[in-house]
Amino acid sequence: MRRPAFRRSRGDGPFRFLSTASGIVLLVIMAAIGVFLVVKAIPALQANTSHFLTELTWNPNATQPVFGIGALAFGTLISSFIALIIATPVAVGVALFISHYAPRRLASALGYLVDLLAAVPSVVYGLWGVAFLVPFMLSPSSFLNKYFAWIPIFGGDQVVGKSMLTASLVLAIMILPIIAAISREVFLQAPRIQEEAALALGATRWEMIRMAVLPFGRPGVITAALLGLGRAMGETIAVALIFPATFTISFRILSANGNSIAANIANGFGEATPIGRGALIASGLVLFLITLLVNTAARLVIARRKEYARAAA
Amino acid sequence: MTVVTGIQPISAGRRVKDRAVQALVYLAFAIAVVPLVSVLWLVIRNGLKRFDIEFLTHSMRNIGARDAGGGAYHAIIGTLEQVLLASLIAVPIGLLTAIYLVEYGNGGRLSRIVSFFVDVMTGVPSVVSGLFILAFWILALGMPFSGFAGALALSILMMPTVVRSAEEMLRLVPNELREASYALGVPKWRSIVKVVLPTAFTGIVTGVMLAVARVAGETAPLLLVVFSTDSINNDPFNGPQMGLPLYVFDQASRPNDTAIDRAWAGALTLILIIMLLNLVARLISWWRSPAKRG
Repeated sequence: MRRPAFRRSRGDGPFRFLSTASGIVLLVIMAAIGVFLVVKAIPALQANTSHFLTELTWNPNATQPVFGIGALAFGTLISSFIALIIATPVAVGVALFISHYAPRRLASALGYLVDLLAAVPSVVYGLWGVAFLVPFMLSPSSFLNKYFAWIPIFGGDQVVGKSMLTASLVLAIMILPIIAAISREVFLQAPRIQEEAALALGATRWEMIRMAVLPFGRPGVITAALLGLGRAMGETIAVALIFPATFTISFRILSANGNSIAANIANGFGEATPIGRGALIASGLVLFLITLLVNTAARLVIARRKEYARAAA
Repeated sequence: MTVVTGIQPISAGRRVKDRAVQALVYLAFAIAVVPLVSVLWLVIRNGLKRFDIEFLTHSMRNIGARDAGGGAYHAIIGTLEQVLLASLIAVPIGLLTAIYLVEYGNGGRLSRIVSFFVDVMTGVPSVVSGLFILAFWILALGMPFSGFAGALALSILMMPTVVRSAEEMLRLVPNELREASYALGVPKWRSIVKVVLPTAFTGIVTGVMLAVARVAGETAPLLLVVFSTDSINNDPFNGPQMGLPLYVFDQASRPNDTAIDRAWAGALTLILIIMLLNLVARLISWWRSPAKRG
């Protein structure tokens, strides 16, 4: 039998260095993203003849470049929030269904089914949106416009399929799986003892969930929603095909208006001049900062609860 | 003889509420499945129209939007090369970072910072990673549009996923294995390479496959740094390439039925590739522990 050699190995130092360096590379990449976006945005921002943060129009390719993030940031925020409002209740329902309602045997298979929604690429949702959802949404939109026009967001004289509502709906479908997956993990971790205690005291299933599961899961659901929000804001290709690409600020979500930072980058890149590219990079920087903020907020909510650590992975 | 217990049946109001919530929860699940079924059904139905040998073996060279025929061969080649290159960059860095976090970090300050930014990195939008490579690789360094530039952008999106899944798998390796290895006098790095990694291997492979599946469908970075072409370009380091998601986007933004049909067929091809990757990943993880996962 061979005896192991009892000496410090020469390989230990380099290996430790290599793995530590890899971790640092990740930090460097994150920093570099910010630095290079800033550097390449500056020339365009200097050539801009208007105020970047408040200007609505986007005309960076003109000889006198005029562009601003106003309308795009508005569209990004509104479409993502509408998506969040639509997706969160459904996702929480799905999570509860899988964690507390579905038969044990089927639960994981059904959960996988919802996860499949996340596996469908963005561009396929875009294609589906343009070919199916846009024409399909005409009649429900007209219905909302006809009977609920007194609610300002449903007002307007013209109803189109390529609207803010349709884009938000596609976003909602795309962020549903991530919200559902995290909520499900959190609901599954709710203390079993409290659930059984509630049932033993005669609570119905809903009362048990309301008393033992939801209070425990609330921070997890908030985190899930924030992560979904971040994802909706960065979503590009699906909404690039659906948004009518206007540069106005309007709350009328059924009319032909709406755009987002990401969609504008995808649609505007082809014909962009060097200044135009710089302008798109500047808008990307704004998007990067917004998503960074939302994601950091999400992580801070989750970091306070150690028991969630696995759910967010 | 009846025993008086004081227990009363659940009141009608509470029962109705319980049933109503149950109905809502079932409804929510049904609502979530509807778009999935709709997307898959339309992709399969419309995609099969053009999903033929010609589609899989021809490029779009000299084929206008209105012409029938043409295919996605150049896009499939491009996607496979780009994803492979992205994995070659992201997997070593991601795996080594996971090893750092689990084996060397010891919960120190640096490891907590790295861990936090891995989480934040998960949320970097794909279009931003594309813009970064555009600003860094193409504008600042003066490199040409190429498949490799796309691979760089995709690797940024892959890294955090690889780190997280590998980290989880490494943490599952029992400490007794490490201790046994140390007790035999094996140095730490050899214990990691020869004992810890082989134990976690299948789990890591599963995580990598899922990460690959995730980035294979990304369009935005390709649009910004790979550009696009209608011809076959087998060299990912030189000249514009095509990618399958980009191909779908390109064809879908044209108004002709022939182009839309090609877009659907491209979408079907893309979904098949991604589902295959997912399936292989699940099979590997299932094969590893049939008892645990059932």
